[in-house]
Amino acid sequence: MKAAIVGSGNIGTDLLHKLLRSQVLDPRWMVGIDPSSEGLKRAASLGLEVSVDGAEWLLRQDELPDIVFEATSAAVHRANAPRYAEAGIRAIDLTPAAVGPYVVPPVNLGEHRDAPNINLITCGGQATIPMVHAVSRVVPVSYAEIVASVASVSAGPGTRANIDEFTRTTSHGIEAIGGAAKGKAIIVLNPADPPMIMRDTIFCAIPEDVDPDPITDSIARMETDMRSYVPGFRLLREPQYDAGRVAIFVEVAGAGDFLPEYAGNLDIMTAAATKVGEEIARAASEPAADRHVTA
Amino acid sequence: MQHLSLRLTDTSLRDGSHHKRHQFTADDVRSIVAALDGAGVPVIEVTHGDGLGGSSFNYGFSHTPEQELIKVAAATATQAKIAVLMLPGVGVKDDILVSQDNGASIVRIATHCTEADVSVQHFALARERGLETVGFLMMAHSQPPEALAKQARIMADAGCQCVYVVDSAGALVLEQVSERVEALVAELGSDAQVGFHGHENLGLSVANSVAAARAGAKQIDGSVRGFGAGAGNTPLEAFVGVCDKLGFETGVDFFKIVDAAEDVVRPVMPEECLLDRMALMMGYAGVYSSFLKHAYTQAKRYGVSGAQILVRAGERKLVGGQEDQLIDIALELSREGVR
Repeated sequence: MKAAIVGSGNIGTDLLHKLLRSQVLDPRWMVGIDPSSEGLKRAASLGLEVSVDGAEWLLRQDELPDIVFEATSAAVHRANAPRYAEAGIRAIDLTPAAVGPYVVPPVNLGEHRDAPNINLITCGGQATIPMVHAVSRVVPVSYAEIVASVASVSAGPGTRANIDEFTRTTSHGIEAIGGAAKGKAIIVLNPADPPMIMRDTIFCAIPEDVDPDPITDSIARMETDMRSYVPGFRLLREPQYDAGRVAIFVEVAGAGDFLPEYAGNLDIMTAAATKVGEEIARAASEPAADRHVTA
Repeated sequence: MQHLSLRLTDTSLRDGSHHKRHQFTADDVRSIVAALDGAGVPVIEVTHGDGLGGSSFNYGFSHTPEQELIKVAAATATQAKIAVLMLPGVGVKDDILVSQDNGASIVRIATHCTEADVSVQHFALARERGLETVGFLMMAHSQPPEALAKQARIMADAGCQCVYVVDSAGALVLEQVSERVEALVAELGSDAQVGFHGHENLGLSVANSVAAARAGAKQIDGSVRGFGAGAGNTPLEAFVGVCDKLGFETGVDFFKIVDAAEDVVRPVMPEECLLDRMALMMGYAGVYSSFLKHAYTQAKRYGVSGAQILVRAGERKLVGGQEDQLIDIALELSREGVR
C-alpha cells in the first residue's frame, strides 16, 4: 500500500524509518514546509519523493497515496482531513485533532479498521489506555488515573503550548477506550540529564473484594500484546494492590530509529501508527469474505 | 534601615493541604480565612496542595472538593483576595474559570523551573479574564540564577505579573536566594514583580525571605504556624514580626496573626510541622517538600526507610508531580532489602 508522510519533524522522520521496514506499506512521499528540514533530506536520500509545499503538493500529484500519516499539528490536520477524504485517501492522524475515532491498537483497532480517518489520541494514551482496558475487561473500573512522566527534551513545542489538550484528550480516551467510568490524566515533564525514559503509572479503582490474580494475568497478557509492536514497552514492577486500587508501573523505551531511546513517548506513537497502517493494508489485501475482526 | 513594602500571601490552606493530607473541611477554611482576613493578610491561597485538579490517587483525594472550599473562602474574606494554584499537566483551564466563578481573583501558575513554557496558555486565559497572575518557578534551587531568569521572562511575556522563586525543597541558603531574586529583578525590570516562597527544611525560611525582600522581592509567601509541606513554609506570623523589627511594611497586625496561629490554625493542624530527620533530608538532598507524607506512606506500606526513599528521589532527580515514582522507589528498596 502506497503511503505518504505529511510532516517532516521528529515524529514524521521516526515514522519513516518504521515504515521503511514494513512488508506491507510502501512509503513513497514525505512532505513538509521547512526547507531546512533534516527529515526531508533523509527521506530524499532514502529514495522518497519530497516537497516543502506540504499536503498541497502531495494532492496535486498524478499518483496519490492510498494512506497518509499526518504528523503536523491539530489545526493542519483539521484542514487537510476533508481533502484526503475527498481524494479517497485513508488518514492516520498522529496529531490531537481527533477528526476520526480514537484507536489504541491492542484494544479497538479491529473495530475501526475501515474508518477513513483514525486518531491516535496521545502518547500517554497509547501507553496507558491498554492497561486500563486490561483491568476493565476483568473487573469494573469506576475511575482510572494515569501519570505520564516524560523527558523534557522529548516534549516538543506543540505539546508544551497545548498541554491541556493532552490532559483532556487522554482523560477522554481512558473512559471511551480504556473502559473506566471516569478518567483522569496527569503529565509531568522532567528535565533530568541524562534524560529519563518515559514512565507511566496507571491507577485503577476496583472493587475491594476482587481476586487480583485474573487482573494481574490480564495485565501480563496486555504487556505481551504491547511488546509485539512496541518492543521497549515493559512492566517495571508487579501490579500493586491496595484497598480498592491497583497500581501498574510501566516504562516505554524508544526503538531508537531516529529519536533517542528515552523518547518512548514519541516512539509509541509512531509504532502505533505503523501498526494501524499495516492492519489497514492487510485488510485491504484480504478478499472481503475472509475478513475477520481482530482486536 | 530599608523601608520596603511587601505583599504577603498565606498558603496554609494550599501548601498546608499536604500536611493535612488534603482533608480540609469547609469549617477549617472558614475559621482560618476569618482569622487571617481579620489580621490584615492581603492574599490567602486556597486549593488542593497540588493545585486545581490535584485530588487524585497520585496526590491524595480531597475531603471536600476544593472548589467548595474556594467558595467558602471568598464568602468569608472581607478584605483579603483569594488565590488559587494550578499546575499545567495536573489542572486545566476550565478549573481556573470555575475558581474565578467561585470568587478567586488571583491565579498562580506553577511549573518546574525549567518548563515555564507550559504555562503560556494559562496566563493568557487568566489575563483575558481579568485575573491577577502569579508564576511559580518550582524547585528553584536546581537551576542557576541566569537560567531561572530566562524562565521568568517566558512567564512575564505570557502575562504573568509576579514571578516567584519557589524553594520547593527548602534547599536554598541565604545568598542563593538573593542571587536568584536579583537575577529575576534584573531580567524583569518593571515588566513583572518578583516573589519568594520558602520552606523550612533547613531552618532558614524566615531568613531566606528577608534576603529575598532585600534583593528586591515584592511578594512573600508564608503559612501561619508554618502549616505547609515538608518542615512547613515560612511561618507567616514570625516573618511579620521580623518585618516589623526591620521596618518592612506588611499591613498585617503582628498580635492578631500570632493569636490566629495559636488559637485558630494550630487546632486545625494534625500535628506541628517539624524540622525532623525526614524534613532535613529533603532540604539537604533537594527533594520536593510534598513528597514527605507520601514517603511516610510508602515506607510504612513496604517496610522500608522513608529517609532512603527521599534520598533516592533526590538521586533520581524527581520533580514535583512524580509522587507515583515513590512507590517504585519503595519497591526497589524493598527488593534490595534496604530497610
